[in-house]
Order: sequence, then structure tokens, then C-alpha cells
Amino acid sequence: MNEAKNVREPLFHVARRGTVALKRQVWARVIAVFGGLITGSLICLVVYGKSPVEFLWRLVYGNFKSMDSVWNLLRNTAFLLAIGLALIPAFKMKFWNLGGNGQILMGGIATVCCMKYLGGILPDVVVWLFMLVSAVAAGMIWSAIPAIFKAFFKTNETLFTLMMNYIAAGIVAFAIKKIGGKGTTGSIGVIETAQLPVLFHDSFLIILSVALLTVIMTLYMKKSKHGYEIAVVGESENTAKYVGINVRKVIIRTLILSGAICGFVGFLFVGASEHTIVTEETLAKTGFTAFTAIIAVWIAHNDPIATIGASFGIIFINNGMPFVKATLGITEDTVANMIIGIMYLFVIACEFFISYQVIFNRKNKNALREM
Amino acid sequence: MALDIILGAISIGIVFLYGSVGEIITEKSGHLNLGIPGIMCMGTAGGMLGISVYMNSLANVKNASWLSLVFIPLICAFLFAAFGGLIYAFLTVSLKSNQNVVGLAITTFGAGFSQFFIDKFVDTTYIARARKIISQGFSFTSNLGPTNISYGFLAYLAILLAVAAAFILKRTKIGLRLRAVGENPATADAVGINVTAYKYFAIFIGSGIAGLGGLYYVAGYTTFDNTLTIQTFGWLAVALVIFTMWRPDLSIIGSILFGGLYVVGSKMTTVISSLATQEIILLLPYVVTIIVLIFTSIFGSKNVQPPAALGLNYFREDR
Repeated sequence: MNEAKNVREPLFHVARRGTVALKRQVWARVIAVFGGLITGSLICLVVYGKSPVEFLWRLVYGNFKSMDSVWNLLRNTAFLLAIGLALIPAFKMKFWNLGGNGQILMGGIATVCCMKYLGGILPDVVVWLFMLVSAVAAGMIWSAIPAIFKAFFKTNETLFTLMMNYIAAGIVAFAIKKIGGKGTTGSIGVIETAQLPVLFHDSFLIILSVALLTVIMTLYMKKSKHGYEIAVVGESENTAKYVGINVRKVIIRTLILSGAICGFVGFLFVGASEHTIVTEETLAKTGFTAFTAIIAVWIAHNDPIATIGASFGIIFINNGMPFVKATLGITEDTVANMIIGIMYLFVIACEFFISYQVIFNRKNKNALREM
Repeated sequence: MALDIILGAISIGIVFLYGSVGEIITEKSGHLNLGIPGIMCMGTAGGMLGISVYMNSLANVKNASWLSLVFIPLICAFLFAAFGGLIYAFLTVSLKSNQNVVGLAITTFGAGFSQFFIDKFVDTTYIARARKIISQGFSFTSNLGPTNISYGFLAYLAILLAVAAAFILKRTKIGLRLRAVGENPATADAVGINVTAYKYFAIFIGSGIAGLGGLYYVAGYTTFDNTLTIQTFGWLAVALVIFTMWRPDLSIIGSILFGGLYVVGSKMTTVISSLATQEIILLLPYVVTIIVLIFTSIFGSKNVQPPAALGLNYFREDR
């Protein structure tokens, strides 16, 4: 009896779940999303005195108020999804490619340079080809550098790729001043030459190519030998070595793929949408930075199909917020960022309840009862 | 001109110094907190709230006392930032979420929250007046050059904190245990160190200190513009941690160097006239950081490596 008194047992302990039923996964996420939305709308209630129902309704309506906003929703989802698809192979391999932003920016600069200096001189089709190839190559180089150092010297890739973002951002700033000439501080303006063709709608080409990319990447990750190798390296490098996989080669090859897709996103964004140089702020404003994509991919557990849903959810809030702000008379610009931040925290927290379970130690209670 | 650059380097470098000392303490516990930029923004929000509440509570703003004007915002900034750190700690330590993902989410949340908070709740009327009072503190004048060397209390506090952090990490039992937690949490756990408590403690203190960098920016350096600027400084602070190889004492020199690279473009307009070249100089800190990262990974001895368990969550039941 005395012994039982002295042994202090924790109230609960945490254990990892084995397999998790799909139902539980879906429900946990639905609850998290609603939890985040309700918290966000409660802030609106407390701070601005607007009802949560009003808030949620306007958030939804903001996305569907016109054809343009629907296209916008699809287009931005496509971009975020494409970045997510670039990150999936790297993350599956447990290589933390935080350099997506930099890779996109480099792809963007390459595209802008081609448009600016080749556009009008060569036939458009040739320029498009140059744009595509140079953008993809630029993205590749930007991701291959950290990959090579990781493969050969185990240089910390999280920090390396993060730094590469800021170098790319600096190069963009340099390019703006250089291409724009002396005295200009802002953008270099819209480049009229060699814009990508418009099919049906401004955003159609973007959505179509990302849809194709999704199919290709899903097959690559799930059905190809490369995809399998990535999964093995990610699970255990030693196992990979044991079964004869060349780990260095897989790391570098996968990161080159990752950077290539990011470069492609830069190409699409500049060539088919912005027609001018893009900065990190442009990306942040439109809501599809690589940082956002990292969260989307993580929520989706590196699954290309689930990433569609995650990207859609994030962009949905991002696109709906301006309308909420405008019609509810909220002047603070960054309310959207704060609410999205809260959503992230909720969804991230819910992952715990999917992969772990909290077990309350019943024995403790019994011991108390016995006393 | 050289003196001018050095003085400018120190005044901006203090922002990086706070951020990097905070991040080093956090990383020593094995947690890579990419939320530091957001957390520094939260420090700014807290500090500005402290200043405005204090100034508005006075009947006459001319009676503002130096002591309260330094310490009220200081405590507010620390608590705001540490609160951001606590969210991070809860998600990564207790809920074992991925550190990179949580960090980036905290940066989004922190920057959004702070900008919103400042726009909505902070009265910025007296911030400039308060800055004048706060940064007068322990200033002194030198005959070295035409410029007066005058930094406010917050600048000296940053250096003091860096030295104290270096001492505690290297020479005390608490520091040893904290490093053990960051290097090998399973071993630390086995010898009876409370891993969870140490992690929470390090993240709480580290975030709070980083938040003071956000306060210093508005209360000791210049006018608050928007949280994007502070975010940039936050990423520079993360870079500085690698550059100084996880040593707070080296961080003092490192921050001045980074500060120098940050201001040299704008101070030497006669030599570097092209705006484009100035942009290239601004990205030098990141290039230098990468070079250090590569060199330490190729040639570095054990002492200059990142904490071995950096970025990995500790779960006792995992083997």
C-alpha cells in the first residue's frame, strides 16, 4: 500500500498508432479545419463584432462570386499544387528542400531574360522552348548544389536550401535593377513579347499543365523504380545501401527533379501569368510560396493526390479573405495571414491525434481507489 | 567613413545578435526553430504595445521615465515572443510535429498576427519619442571621430546576454545538460535529465530573447515599417547561427560583420554607386553562411558541428 503511494505514475502516456483507419484520418482533419475556422471567425467576432456565420459565408462566397474568382481559385491551387509536386520526391526521401522559393525565382529570372532578350527576335515558338529549357535548368542548378554537398559531405540541407532562397532573392533584386536600368526601383514592367499562348482562358494552360504534371508525378512516385528507390532511401539509407541502391545518385537525381519542377513553376508563372519578373513578395501575395507548399505537402503526407486537397484548402482561404475583409469593413491587411497561420497550427496539431494515441493510465486510478 | 560603417554595423547588428542568441539557445536543445522571424515580429508587437500603453497611461508624456520605458516594453516583448515559442514548443515537443513545418507556420502566424495587432491595438503616436528616451540610456561620447558612439541600453543588454549565454552553455551544469539534450536526447533521458522540461525551457527563453531583437528594432534602431523587414532580419539571424557555429560569443562579432555587410552598400555610395552592385553586397551574408556550412561539414571537427539531434523530435518509445 505504501509503495503504491510512493510510485508516482504519470497521468497518461503517449504511444504511436499502428495503422490508422481512413475514417479517423478524415475526421481528425475535418475537425481541425473547422476548429481553425471557428477560432478565426471568433477573432473576427471579438475584435470586429462580426458574426462567425457571416464570416464563413463570405469566405465561401468570396471564392465563387464571379467566374474570375473561380478561375483564380483554380489557377492558384494549380500553382501551389505544382510546387507541392516538386517537393514531394525530396520530402519522401527525407531531404528537406526548403529552397523551393529560390528555385522558382531562378526559373522566373531565366524566363524573363529569354522573353526580354530573345522575344521578338526569334519566332515565338523557339523563344518558348528557350524559356522552358532555361527555366528548368536554372531551377535544377539551384537544387543540385545543395544536393551534391548533401550527398558527398552530409552538409545540412535544411539550412543550405534556406540560404539559397535569399541568394536567389538577391539575384532577383539585382536583375530588376540591372534589366530595369539606372534609377528604377520597382518592377521592370510587363514584357509584351513571347508571352505563352492563351487557350480558352488566361489560366487554362496553367491548370492543364499542372494536371498533367500531377498524373506524371503520381505515376512516378507510385509505379516507377525511381519512386521506389526514393521511398527506400527515405525510410533507411542503410537498407538502401544494402540492397544496392546508389544513395548519392538517388539524392542528386531526385533533387534535380525537384528543382526542375520548381523551375517549371517559375516558367509558367512568368510566361503565362505575370509576364514580368517575380519577387518573393509577389509569390507571398498570391499565396503560393514554397513555404506554403511545404505545409500542404506535410499535411498530405507526401501523397500527390492528397496534396490537391490540401492546396485547394489553403488557397480557398487565401482567396476568400480579401472579400471577407472588403465587405466586413476590416482594414487590417494581414488578418488573412493570421487566420491562415491559425489554420496551419490547428491542422498540424491534429496530425498528432492521427499518428499517436494518448493512453490514460487506468492503473493509477485503481490504485487510488484501493487506498 | 570606416568608423561610420562600423557604428552603423553595430546598431543594425544588434537585431541579428538578439535573434541569433535566442536561436542558438533553442537549437542547443535540438530544435531548429524556423519560426524565429515570426517570433521576432511578435516581440516587436509586444514591445510596441508596452510602449504605447505606458505612454498613454501618463498624464504628461514629458514625465516618461527611462527605467519604466525600458523595462515595461522589454518584459512585454519577451512575453509575447516567448508565447510564440510556447506554441512552437507545444507542437514540436509535446505533439511531436515536424519542426520545419511548425516553424514555417509560426512565421506565417507570427508575422500576420503582429502586423494585425500593431495596426489594430497599438497607438504609434509616441513610439518615436520613446525611442529617443530608450536609446539615450548609457550612451557615451568618444573623440575617435566625428560621430558620437551612443547606443541605448538594449544594445549593451544584447552583448551581455550573448556573453552570459556563452558562459551558461559552456561552463555550467544547466548548459551541459542542455547540450546533452540536443546531442543525444535518449542518453540524456537515460541519465535522468528531464528532456521535455529542458526543451521547453530552452525554447521559451530562446524565443523571448529573439523577441527582444524585434523590440530593439523599433525601440533602439528605427521606425517600424512593416513586419516583412523584421522577417528578413529573422532569416539573417538564422544564418548567423550557422555562421558562428552555434557559439553566442562569436555571434557578437558575427552580427557586427553581418551588420557591416548590410549597411556597407548604403554607406559607401561614392565607391559603390550602382544600385545593382549594392543588391549583390546585400546577399553576401548568405553566401558566406553557405561557405561556412560547407567548410564545417567537410573539414569541421566535432566542436563546430550542429547539435547532433537538431531537427529530430525525441519520442521515448521510438528506438
